[in-house]
Amino acid sequence: MKKRSFIERFAAVPHSVWALLFIVAPLIFVVYFAFTDTYGNFTFDNITMLSSYTHIFVLSVCFALIATVICLLIGYPLAFFISQLKPKTQKLLVVLLMLPMWISLLIRTYSLLALLDNGGLFNSLLEKLGFERVKIVGTSGAVILGMVYDFLPYMVLPIYTSVSKLDARYLEAAHDLGCNNIKTLFKVVLPLSVPGVISGITMVFVPSISTFYISQKLGGGSFDLIGDTIERQFQNVSTYNMGAAISLVMMILILISVAVMNKFSDGDEGSVIV
Amino acid sequence: MKTLSKIYIWVIFALLYAPIIILVLFSFNRAGSLNHFSTFSLYWYKELFRDPTALNALKNSLYLAVGSSLLATVIGTFAALGINKMRNKFFKNALTSVTNIPMMNPDIVTGVSMMLLFVAAASMPFLPIKFGAVTMLIAHTTFNLPYVILSVLPRFKQMDKHLTEAALDLGCTPAQTFFRVELPSILPGVISGLMLGFTLSLDDFVISHFVSSPDFQTLPLYVYNQTAHEVKFSMYALCALMVFVILGLLLAVNFAGSKGKNKKAKVLPMGGIQ
Repeated sequence: MKKRSFIERFAAVPHSVWALLFIVAPLIFVVYFAFTDTYGNFTFDNITMLSSYTHIFVLSVCFALIATVICLLIGYPLAFFISQLKPKTQKLLVVLLMLPMWISLLIRTYSLLALLDNGGLFNSLLEKLGFERVKIVGTSGAVILGMVYDFLPYMVLPIYTSVSKLDARYLEAAHDLGCNNIKTLFKVVLPLSVPGVISGITMVFVPSISTFYISQKLGGGSFDLIGDTIERQFQNVSTYNMGAAISLVMMILILISVAVMNKFSDGDEGSVIV
Repeated sequence: MKTLSKIYIWVIFALLYAPIIILVLFSFNRAGSLNHFSTFSLYWYKELFRDPTALNALKNSLYLAVGSSLLATVIGTFAALGINKMRNKFFKNALTSVTNIPMMNPDIVTGVSMMLLFVAAASMPFLPIKFGAVTMLIAHTTFNLPYVILSVLPRFKQMDKHLTEAALDLGCTPAQTFFRVELPSILPGVISGLMLGFTLSLDDFVISHFVSSPDFQTLPLYVYNQTAHEVKFSMYALCALMVFVILGLLLAVNFAGSKGKNKKAKVLPMGGIQ
């Protein structure tokens, strides 16, 4: 083996130092703050106090799960249908799908709010058509709608990547061997696109469970999710420790669920970076 | 079935784009209302450019995006070089896993953890860290790094390693080899990493929300503060402008990406980095 040059040997050093200082150290501080009180004394109080936040955790998990399932139900057919189109159209639609991902989440959520608000376009349209105004903003439905609207592209893209890589001969073989369309879908297409589905689920679930802007805006302040709770704890120095404890638990929960999900999909073919 | 699937695709895309398109349309509405469109005008855009806070936020955002993406690109490119040549498997795996943490973790946890680090650092007598430009630069560089490394590392792996050896045999110093042989062949990856970092930095709200101070506002922070109260209509103009910029950037990235795959040489003059 050839000797590595000086540059090759030490090229990763700046990054290693950076990662140690600004990725590892911050996480250590989360743990430190979670196990200390305001004066820096070791305590388990923050962890035991977490039980009073159980309902918030449950509510957030429910909202995020519902949003993820809806995204999957809407997104899977969409990804599959796109993959059946002409290559040129596919490319265009993928770019169109990526565009909203790049538009600030704030803007997308806010545009949805502007549309659905009590004085918004949707309601005045309803009124003109002779219907009653409906209160949408401030309901749990609005929060879930916001999550679905904001994160749907993150579900569709990885599934599309999986489905479009599918060898067309598998489908032909399934047909030749007597599968009808439905059977082919469930026996061939679905199992082969599991990595994309898993990746899509994580990409929707993680931001959904940790959001605070969506619930603040579309929930009209009537819903407290984990994200809102964490954000509030960090507005006041005296509650940093509690906030750190909640963040720590959320991080561990998410890392465990991501690890479990990744067990189901071998390889990294489903993951996309955009 | 074919028509049904096409209708489905169009309906979903229409729903996905409707709020954004309405937002952009109504930003040209002189009446400043979401209910009725009076006359087409650029009034709110002029109003926006008369607001010094907005202009300042724009300036900060651009400085930060340029600074953090450049810094991340330099550190990340060398890191990719080092990781590619690393022989210690354990250290290599550890470094790549740590690098990916900010990508896996919810943004809110990354933001909170960095905030706690800076809070702790500020409380030390010999580290006069102030929340603002410096903390923002550190945070943005940190979350840009994994994306840069992820777009550069594959280029190093694909590179013909005999080229490097040939350059060394023909009398290049390791530094010359890097700048004359290796850098040109990984340049497409470097450029897409740079652009990715630029866009991510411009777009980030959650992490910035925790590590910035009121006197260092970026555009997303400005949008957040504006949408917290009664919304001025120039906000719509700002949102529309941001949508246009993102659209332009996305097209540019796609253009650079497809060029990079086809003809390596063409990217060189276009990228502007030598």
